[in-house]
Amino acid sequence: MQWASVNDFMTMGGYGLYVWGSYVAMIAVVVIEIVLLRKGRSQTLKLLKRMRNWEEQ
Amino acid sequence: MALNLYYYASPATFYHLSGKLIPWFGWSAALLTAIGLYISFFMAPTDFQQGEAYRIIFIHVPAAWMSMFIYLIMAFWGAIGLAFKTRLSFMMSRALAPTGALFTFIALWTGALWGKPMWGAWWVWDARLTSELILLFLYIGIMALWAAIDDSQRGDRAGALLTLVGAINVPIIYFSVKWWNTLHQGASVSLTKAPSMAKIMLLGMLIMAIAAWLYTIAVALYRVRTLILERERNTDWVKALVEK
Repeated sequence: MQWASVNDFMTMGGYGLYVWGSYVAMIAVVVIEIVLLRKGRSQTLKLLKRMRNWEEQ
Repeated sequence: MALNLYYYASPATFYHLSGKLIPWFGWSAALLTAIGLYISFFMAPTDFQQGEAYRIIFIHVPAAWMSMFIYLIMAFWGAIGLAFKTRLSFMMSRALAPTGALFTFIALWTGALWGKPMWGAWWVWDARLTSELILLFLYIGIMALWAAIDDSQRGDRAGALLTLVGAINVPIIYFSVKWWNTLHQGASVSLTKAPSMAKIMLLGMLIMAIAAWLYTIAVALYRVRTLILERERNTDWVKALVEK
């Protein structure tokens, strides 16, 4: 392992902004995609349920 | 075999089967990401030329690969849909597009963050970068086309056609570093020659790439299931499912 301290790890030899900027963006888009997917599914299910109830009346 | 394929091409069967598969793909993607990140940050050594900045490679290259692979798979499903009129093929194509756009964006974003310290510029109009940007526009254009056409069958066909025409861009991206003088470096990993990078770096990158594949399969299946529910809403099995 090449990191002497946490600070060493965070600064990435002076490239911290670039390295962490990349990883944070990747994590952010994955989290956003998963949240949107779950939301989309529950909205669809809700809509279908409402349509179903409407039909039964 | 043919019978089996038709069996799984039925949306109802596929809906239930994919529901069982998603957790397996999702959790193995998470596990491999954890292993890949550990290798990327704690096992792979500092690069003798680029210092720590090279660690961007562990997401940049897998994302760039996925951006091209996903497009080709979308084009494949589009072609199958056009040829055989299979509903599920078009749905697969639609389900892949947002994830493809996501990886294209990440490839460009991480490329900019890597280009700045190494080349001194966030962006250059180099053949590799420009063709990858066109790929992002293709993804966005295809999704916009789908969104604009209310009739889902017409939308499917129009989108598939645009996807197929745009597929010409993928070999252009891939070979751009050979065909033109680009600032972007050539391939470090290819099928025809030994990779020109340290073994442990290569291992980390490949594990991250497999994780990206598994992730893509999991989210595409999740998205296609929602699409199936919307499109099959008038069938008995969806009605029964909604009532639960």
